[in-house]
Amino acid sequence: MKPWAPLAVAMLTAACGDTAAPPRTIAGADATQGLAVIQRAGCAACHVVPGVDWPRGRAGPSLKGFGASPLIAGRLPNRPDVLTAWLIDPPSLAPGTAMPPSPLTEAEARDVAAFLYTLDDR
Amino acid sequence: MTAERPQGIAGWPPPALDPAGPFAGPLNVLAWVLFAMAAVVLLVVLVALGLALFGPRRWRSRLGGERLVWIGGLAFPVVVLSALLVYGLGLTSHLTQEPAPDEMRVRVTGEMWWWRVAYLDGLGRELMQDANEVHIPVGRPVVLELDSADVIHSLWIPRLSGKVDMIPGRRNLMRVQADAPGVFGGQCAEYCGGPHALMGLVVIAHEPAEFAAWRARQAVPATTASLPGPGAEVFGRAGCGACHTVAGTTFNGLAGPDLSHVGSRRTLGAGILPNNHGTLAGWISDSQAIKPGNRMPAYPVLTGQELRDVSAWLESLK
Repeated sequence: MKPWAPLAVAMLTAACGDTAAPPRTIAGADATQGLAVIQRAGCAACHVVPGVDWPRGRAGPSLKGFGASPLIAGRLPNRPDVLTAWLIDPPSLAPGTAMPPSPLTEAEARDVAAFLYTLDDR
Repeated sequence: MTAERPQGIAGWPPPALDPAGPFAGPLNVLAWVLFAMAAVVLLVVLVALGLALFGPRRWRSRLGGERLVWIGGLAFPVVVLSALLVYGLGLTSHLTQEPAPDEMRVRVTGEMWWWRVAYLDGLGRELMQDANEVHIPVGRPVVLELDSADVIHSLWIPRLSGKVDMIPGRRNLMRVQADAPGVFGGQCAEYCGGPHALMGLVVIAHEPAEFAAWRARQAVPATTASLPGPGAEVFGRAGCGACHTVAGTTFNGLAGPDLSHVGSRRTLGAGILPNNHGTLAGWISDSQAIKPGNRMPAYPVLTGQELRDVSAWLESLK
């Protein structure tokens, strides 16, 4: 084996890791606070939310693994800015959706998005 | 991570030993007195047992005598339990007296698995309907007249009063009073089948002026009830009016909770969910996922747009 081979392998796999899971971090947002907002708003009435035991609604998709999902609602790129806008006013981005606009503030929506990006367990 | 209950059901689970009014206070005292007496009796029995097993011969012969059986086994329990009974009945007798003419009366009917609420006048006639929420003014007693429409339920609002059973065909009385404004959780305390554990309610105590304002709003139809719009149209087309009443419209069903002012309620599904546009949509779409076995079917026939329309309309009924 050439002396530089391990380094090359390490670089290759690191690159793979980067492309498979682009970092989705939201500056200044608090994931723990996001879960509290989710409980206060009752998001689990429609969604299975990891971390919320009950209810386990079925009207919307399960949010298990949402942090690794490439799309929001099957049609929008799963990026922090899109997700934050989606949480506040889904019908403006996908007119036929059943998910209604919510009274979340921008800061609350960012916290919720930060929490959702922690959900990468499959 | 364990989930906390959503804030919509403030005060859940209701703390059992934290009285917030003059009717819960004596019951709290009674509970602690009973607990203390039981602890003393247990201690005495354990000491006697210890002495009987390991004590000096003189003690053992004294404990083995017939006299102790008569005193400790018969006289002591008869005296103590009779005294406790008299004390307990004295503490609680005024909780169930017939309402005085000037007392506020609210009829609460247990249904599988929610609470039908009717505000009554001095003669017991119905003034207005509501569900799963009881509004009271602070600082004065309110008589709750308890009944059941199906099986035996039990109303328990621990911070305001004791448990009283709701028995079909019988009118049981219970008094509540809150000393300060607040939201007090309640729960069905008698297993009534299916989603019994998800049969909650909230009592909201207002300052008198605020209570009068709430009552005035409640007495007339919501302003958006009779406005034509897509939400009301979906409500009618899906047949919701067969079970639900909305004052100011032709929807006059009686099987389910009155929705005349559903948008002003704190909770959804009988005290279990925060009440907002989103939870309303989720409940209408598939309440069976949230409260399995409840009498409202899922509505997989509605589109996303229709769900948003109907839940927006319901949320507007304040």
